Amino acid sequence: MLKFRIERAPSPVWMRPLLPLLAVLITFVVTSVFILLANANPLTAYYYYLTSPFTNRVSMIEILVKATPLILTGASVTIAFASGYWNIGAEGQLYAGALAAAWIGTVVGGWHPVLAILAMLLGGFLAGMVWASIPALLKVKLAVDEVVTTLLLNSVIVFIISALLNGPWRDPVSGWPQSPTIADSAVFPKLIPRSRLHLGFVVAVVMVLLIWFILSKTPLGLRMRASGLGQEAARFMGVNIQRTMLIAALLSGGIAGLAGVGEVAGIHFHLIDALSNGLGYTGIIAATLGGLNPFGAGVAAIFLGLLDTGAQSVSRSLGVPIFLGNVVQSTLLLVTLGVFMLQNYRIRRV
Amino acid sequence: MFAVEMRGIVKRFGDLVANDHINFELKQGEVHALLGENGAGKTTLMRILYGLYHADEGSIFVNGQQVSITSPKDAIALGIGMVSQHFTLVPPLTVAENVVLGYNPGIRLNPQQIQRRVAEAAERFGIEVKSDALVRHLSVGERQRVEILKALYRNARVLIMDEPTAVLVPQEVDILFETLLRLQREGLSVVFISHKLNEVMTICDRITVLRNGKNVGTVFKQDVSQSKLAQMMVGRETFGVTRQGERIQGEPVLRIENVSAVDNKGLPALKSVSLEVASGEILGIAGVSGNGQSELTHVLSGTMKPTSGKILVDGQDITGADPATITCAGVGRIPEDRHGGVVGELTVAENMTLETLDEYTQNGMLDRKRMLEYTNTLIEEFQIKARPTDRARTLSGGNMQKLILARTLARQPKVVLAAQPTRGLDVGATEYVRKKLLEQRERGAAVLLISEDLDEIMALSDRIAVIYEGKIVGILDAHEATPEKLGLLMTGAREVVSHA
Amino acid sequence: MDFNFFIGLIAATFRVATPLIYGTLGELFCERAGILNLGIEGTMFIGSFVGFAVADATGSLWLGVLAAVVSGMLGGLIMSLFAVRLGVNQHVSGLGTTLLLTGLSLFLFRVVYGIQRIQPAIKPFQALSPFDDLPVLGPIFQQYALTYIAILLIPLAWWVLYRTNFGLSIRSVGENPEAADAAGINVYRVRTIALMIGGGLMAVGGAFLSIGQLGSFTFGIISGRGWVCIALIIFANWLPSRVLWGALLFGLIEALQLRLQTTGLKLPYEAFLALPYIVTIIALAIAGRNATGPAAVLKPYKRE
Repeated sequence: MLKFRIERAPSPVWMRPLLPLLAVLITFVVTSVFILLANANPLTAYYYYLTSPFTNRVSMIEILVKATPLILTGASVTIAFASGYWNIGAEGQLYAGALAAAWIGTVVGGWHPVLAILAMLLGGFLAGMVWASIPALLKVKLAVDEVVTTLLLNSVIVFIISALLNGPWRDPVSGWPQSPTIADSAVFPKLIPRSRLHLGFVVAVVMVLLIWFILSKTPLGLRMRASGLGQEAARFMGVNIQRTMLIAALLSGGIAGLAGVGEVAGIHFHLIDALSNGLGYTGIIAATLGGLNPFGAGVAAIFLGLLDTGAQSVSRSLGVPIFLGNVVQSTLLLVTLGVFMLQNYRIRRV
Repeated sequence: MFAVEMRGIVKRFGDLVANDHINFELKQGEVHALLGENGAGKTTLMRILYGLYHADEGSIFVNGQQVSITSPKDAIALGIGMVSQHFTLVPPLTVAENVVLGYNPGIRLNPQQIQRRVAEAAERFGIEVKSDALVRHLSVGERQRVEILKALYRNARVLIMDEPTAVLVPQEVDILFETLLRLQREGLSVVFISHKLNEVMTICDRITVLRNGKNVGTVFKQDVSQSKLAQMMVGRETFGVTRQGERIQGEPVLRIENVSAVDNKGLPALKSVSLEVASGEILGIAGVSGNGQSELTHVLSGTMKPTSGKILVDGQDITGADPATITCAGVGRIPEDRHGGVVGELTVAENMTLETLDEYTQNGMLDRKRMLEYTNTLIEEFQIKARPTDRARTLSGGNMQKLILARTLARQPKVVLAAQPTRGLDVGATEYVRKKLLEQRERGAAVLLISEDLDEIMALSDRIAVIYEGKIVGILDAHEATPEKLGLLMTGAREVVSHA
Repeated sequence: MDFNFFIGLIAATFRVATPLIYGTLGELFCERAGILNLGIEGTMFIGSFVGFAVADATGSLWLGVLAAVVSGMLGGLIMSLFAVRLGVNQHVSGLGTTLLLTGLSLFLFRVVYGIQRIQPAIKPFQALSPFDDLPVLGPIFQQYALTYIAILLIPLAWWVLYRTNFGLSIRSVGENPEAADAAGINVYRVRTIALMIGGGLMAVGGAFLSIGQLGSFTFGIISGRGWVCIALIIFANWLPSRVLWGALLFGLIEALQLRLQTTGLKLPYEAFLALPYIVTIIALAIAGRNATGPAAVLKPYKRE
């Protein structure tokens, strides 16, 4: 009888560059089952999935539009996770930023656009930070597990926004639960005319560079990585874990807040309660796929943007529900993690 | 026919060959020593026999039958039991629950029933232990008895003991040996893993010596001498590193005054500890593992706050200060667990400089060039086999310890706190570390050596303090300290008023 | 507010607490085996969907519950593949599981039902009323069968954990997997089974919401209840006997909100919806450092 055993030993070197490809391939094979369930041909679906976004200018730009908030939430999660702070709250911090932007956007009517937009960015960043500061302070002052509190606070801010949208902010004309439209001066300028790509993309790229700079070039960044990679040893070596984590958590919250600002000021121009629908959680996928490297997370975010755009066109042309995008993204996360763990193993016959 | 026969066992960990075609034979009813220095492959070989590792090559025979052992479950079914160096007990469970774990028939678990069964078994095997006690309340010696009982309860005919005396005081060792010899008379075969020659000569019938993963030879006790065994073990003459010369009467540099602390469960772990360490002396802290050494180390390292008392370095109060402040005050710290002092995923250079990062910062940015230069200097000075850009986790235990020594000692600290500095190191690295500590003493540093290795304490210390249940129960001058005296103190048998 | 108000409140409290009891007991099995299962939110979600879809297709509510259990066990299996077998970080594999199961539920819902103007609905479970004749207190016992089962599951969970050999195995792999392994226990298998039991229980909690109460499946049906269960575990100090009290407290607040809404109180109902979450956070802050779970939680087990 053939018996196989998995044991710990590095897999052959030639396999390593192939691993991400292998992950994508496995993901497509696994998810093709669901495409079949939706009465579509998986090969056609994946052909559309990967090629249709590139068939015209609009949808190519749309990839970056979809990627913009993901690059930001990906960067947000990256700096937190890299510091050993498990911020699962990017979703809520994004909403906090969006909430601030929706309010500031209505009060900066007469301002010069530069000032108005700066106020939006600053306000959103601060709001994200404030919302992130609650679990962060509980963590560093009282040792309360941040995973649970950030998750709970995600729900809380959605309730707060829902209360505002159904109460004082309800659109008086249409009666829809959406905030008043923001002033023109607060609207993010378009990067490319006749497209949806907005200033937020530039902000996202700047944030990726900032995170990279902090993590790899500054003493603070080295302390952050030390506390993320070996908290006890870092503490022994004099790293102030509490302070380091707090800074990471606040930066993380601020950057997630910027993602909310971008969605309000660049896409929707008002606040709605389904504004995010999981952008914060997808940011966790981006950060993880990127191996907690800011550039890696950025690339992963653009790939996830491609998957989103592809899911839309597959939905339009083949009638496969758009939620296929969520299934593919999450499967890719799990499969990638699994494949990278397998990198440390080798299968042997016994 | 042998109780156990292992033929041509090979086990590799990456590039390291831990077991290199080892043959090993265990006769029925013998106590067989597996002798070798740390890293010789003793534990690896026995973990293969117990199913915790899989051999890359080779075969195993039990009572003449070739067997395949892929997990401890298989080993237990073949009548093999193992008592590891680090106990494999579940602390919040009772003794009875630990003993029957994975070996209780049926579905139901009846607490009274298993307690009765375990108590009966304990009586039958002559092992004194309370079956309804929680394991976390037991002393180390009691826990070891539970481990032995656990193996016997599973009808072990072969018992593997991995360095069983490392955690015991001399008096407990006597009890253990009595138990083993009695069980041997009843037909049990024992594999006794050790690196201590005198123990091996006391209790074993035959001795197999391993060196660098190879079997150097199997001998009868009566055919060899200790020095012959030592030669087989290390392949050269040993030259123990010991303290030379009398203690210089220096000024006290480190003062610990009535320090108390609680452990991470909130229970008292240090009870009003007072010590003084003068410059130019090594003060050794002897004691059985778990008597407050960890907490003392943490409190002095700044990773745990004392509940009361004072710690002074050269008059500067560092009570409850954070690690950075304590380092600045001139305390060099060697942690009890190397991996707790090094971030494995960071580079050697980053680990070397993290403690004093401000010195490598220019205009708010890291000065990588200077970090590398400094690290290179230390790598050369301390003969570390690594490059500055290597990840620290890729270093061997000895090199990792050298990294910590280099980081700590290069700053010429006034006080050196060395906790378990040679634990798990091979002979070469151990000698290196001990030499470095003695150099610090010569230089005039005040060295506090906390170690569970009594030989190490006796070889290096000018004075020896014994810690028992969080209290210093005696301080002896090196020349008046004997293993027997220390052993009595370490078991709390009596307190000695300090006259050192 | 009269006496009947309180009776009604108590009855509603048990109703609201039911899915939380299932979810928390499910998470309890996972965490006692050493796995923090953040897949709970998604597992409750897929249980909710599968329960509804199968009940709708077969016309049998109990078949729906059974199917939900199977879906939850599969969810536990997915979690175990990554968190147990492959040793992936438990936070990320749990969230990945939640995202996958949530996405899958939404996808399959659209595949089965398409986009409809009217929410597909079924006739939900009827409450039992064993003591209808009982004066005054009768309404308290007007509960769903699933609520009664949930309450009976608490002592059962205790019995499994503390009075069976399998429970001893679960507790030992959650505290010290090395010791369990050395004692001949297959750590992977025990953890996998614990995750599957846990997943099955969580899914019933989800199914209760869709086919027990609402009779329909909405996208916001779980809305963070899984995360609440994660918090309730800490509340319960990882003991089955205390699961009920946390769940009831949480249920009480939500039930109070439902009641007060109908009395026309001028407060946004969202304030009450958010209240249990805030109370939980405050409680966690008070418990703080004292909250320590099984020692091996979050630590993947690998030999060597």
